[in-house]
Amino acid sequence: MAIKKFMYLNRRAPYGTVYALESLEVVLIAAAFDQDVSLAFMDDGVYQLVEGQKTDGIGMKNFSKTFHALGDYDINQFFVSAESLEERGLSVDDLMPLVWEDEDDDWAEKPSIKVVPNAELTKIMSEQDVCLSF
Amino acid sequence: MLHTVNKSSFERNSLQSCLNTIDDSSVILLIEDGVISAAKNSKSFMLAELATQGRVYALQGDVEARGISSKLADNIKLVDYAGFVDLVIENGTAVSWV
Repeated sequence: MAIKKFMYLNRRAPYGTVYALESLEVVLIAAAFDQDVSLAFMDDGVYQLVEGQKTDGIGMKNFSKTFHALGDYDINQFFVSAESLEERGLSVDDLMPLVWEDEDDDWAEKPSIKVVPNAELTKIMSEQDVCLSF
Repeated sequence: MLHTVNKSSFERNSLQSCLNTIDDSSVILLIEDGVISAAKNSKSFMLAELATQGRVYALQGDVEARGISSKLADNIKLVDYAGFVDLVIENGTAVSWV
């Protein structure tokens, strides 16, 4: 099967709506088909990656932990909008330290998250075969 | 009156509409994605004055779920579900800005 470039664009905060969770489900499907997958986070979507989510009080599954597993599925391109972070008083230090192991570099752990300006996100988007919005 | 807001002010104008409409004795309770307005960010100015007056509450479980406990704006009061019920009893008519 031909490999296509898939980008998942995440723009909603977690838990208040089901978008964030559904996106993760579909990301895992694409990974199972060995596609070239990247994730973009902008607007309130950046809250999906915030470190220290604790959901005991609302009786919902804390699915933020799933992001840590994506590196093992060769999903290691997380593009986060710099402007969206700044508007929300957040920086990369407030996000989960997601990493992946680089097979070609003696399995060195490398960061999956890359903070980029919106202009660069535009360019990355234009290089995709498919862009799915959540 | 008690006004509950459950949408992020970055995504919807629910909080703004609420603020445009409430009277001087009303209190606001932020719930679900509404708690994003309780964090220190570029929208904090919207609630700063009311918070100073002790009239802004946020539901603790929703704050913790979104990882913003350590980033709350000044003077936001946290309540649990029992506190939510107390607010409903104390403030008469409740309005949901969904």
